[in-house]
Amino acid sequence: MAEPVFNAESVPVLALGYRFQFEPAQNCNVLLYPEGMVKLNGAAGEILQRISEKKQTVAELIAELKVAFNGADLDDDVYTFLEEAYNNDWIRPE
Amino acid sequence: MTGSDQNKAPGSIGGSIGSVRDQIRQPLWLLAELTYACPLQCPYCSNPMDFASVKKELTTEEWLDVFRQARAMGATQLGLSGGEPLTRPDLVELITEARKMGFYTNLITSGVGMDASKVAELKQAGLDHIQVSFQASSEDLNNLIAGTDAFQHKIEMAKAVKANGYPMVLCFVTHRQNIDQMEDILDLAINLDADYVELATTQYYGWAMHNRDQLLPMKEQLERAEAVAHRYQQQQKGNMKIYYVVPDYYEERPKACMNGWGNVFLTVTPDGTALPCHAARELPGMSLPNVKDMSIDAIWNGSDDFNRFRGFDWMTEPCRSCDEKEKDFGGCRCQAFMLTGDPTNADPVCSKSPHHHLIEEALERGRLEAEKPITEAKPLVFRNPKNSKQICGL
Ligand SMILES: C[S@@+](CC[C@H](N)C(=O)[O-])C[C@H]1O[C@@H](n2cnc3c(N)ncnc32)[C@H](O)[C@@H]1O
Ligand code: SF4
Ligand code: SF4
Repeated sequence: MAEPVFNAESVPVLALGYRFQFEPAQNCNVLLYPEGMVKLNGAAGEILQRISEKKQTVAELIAELKVAFNGADLDDDVYTFLEEAYNNDWIRPE
Repeated sequence: MTGSDQNKAPGSIGGSIGSVRDQIRQPLWLLAELTYACPLQCPYCSNPMDFASVKKELTTEEWLDVFRQARAMGATQLGLSGGEPLTRPDLVELITEARKMGFYTNLITSGVGMDASKVAELKQAGLDHIQVSFQASSEDLNNLIAGTDAFQHKIEMAKAVKANGYPMVLCFVTHRQNIDQMEDILDLAINLDADYVELATTQYYGWAMHNRDQLLPMKEQLERAEAVAHRYQQQQKGNMKIYYVVPDYYEERPKACMNGWGNVFLTVTPDGTALPCHAARELPGMSLPNVKDMSIDAIWNGSDDFNRFRGFDWMTEPCRSCDEKEKDFGGCRCQAFMLTGDPTNADPVCSKSPHHHLIEEALERGRLEAEKPITEAKPLVFRNPKNSKQICGL
């Protein structure tokens, strides 16, 4: 595994040219980028929607998700997702 | 817990929205060829030879209607191409509206016809992405291939794109006349601080097919260019992304053309003809439905053209009983027709095709042509209205 890119203080933002939106015809959240589209599952959608709407630290993002999901213990999942999303070029630390 | 269906990033005409094969067919990708007008004259241009016969382009309202209908059917990606889309005076309006509809808008341009303030205006309109094409890495060769003086201006435009907050995406269409400049091409991209470089092999449609003997690279040129591209890919890791498209004439298997006929891709040409790919107009027996007469839904779901090569029933041998047919759909229908005379044949790029020798013969003709002294070699035919009319007897 490579060194993790994100820590509690980093601010994840969508990579240049990436756009998050809800697609009625697919009935799901998607990430659009040059000549392509990624359909997002529920959890990925929740995280990327927040990243696309508001600049905040990973710690703040996790706190917000915990409120939305009844205090679920999701820290590890979020970090894992952020690293994967970074490796896919979807997001980067600001 | 990652999302699914990742696709590759920038590409030229083919693009890739390969995602939803398991689902109903949707025209996810709308390629709007807004116009055939173009200030350049690239002999490798994939536009149809008879483009000069198109007199009447769709109006602004007609285009917006096409966008709306395609969007309602699930289209997310809009490619604005041509010809040179910048020659359309309503380009900003089209982009503004398309963006409001929720399209991801891609402008595919030579950069000729814009200035820095135009780029800012496009950004303001909500344009998501710009790809600037170059003909070569040096002023002389670039201008020679483009048939006009455009190189310096393109450099300025590539910079303006980046200055406006876009990734800088450059496209070089490679062929025998420029492929030996691979280092220079990539050095130019590095100097410009490009983010993506697409090294797109010439695909032999339209004008490129007409000029094929003069454009087909030789094997040793390719091997060299490929090695250079891979070396730069390693060096530039994490900095500049280099997409190297392998030329299908040197492959043993064909490309999965358009991700399958009538599967995700819809082209609308300047006069409103709807096509499953930008080259399909040249196939025999097409009904060529027009968006002025029929809804996009009727064209996509009901027209003979779009149903013609869906699925596998239309196939002949060796594709019909081949266990790879779900991977490549038998290759490109237009290439099968252009080379074998029958669009239901396997793409002759495939080594299993009984017509594969046609590819080898074409490569051989290219080599013979390359070895001739310049004075005896066939001249490149430039893509311009005069040649279009003359060659097609318009
Ligand atoms: C037909 S052009 C129209 C847009 C604009 N005039 C331009 O050249 O960028 C669309 C894209 O296809 C590329 N292209 C043109 N002819 C091609 C060919 N024969 N094979 C592969 N790509 C080609 C161009 O470089 C450009 O990126
Ligand atoms: S490839 Fe060249 S000639 Fe063809 S439309 Fe683009 S700039 Fe014009
Ligand atoms: S025979 Fe047809 S289906 Fe099989 S690999 Fe060749 S082109 Fe593809």
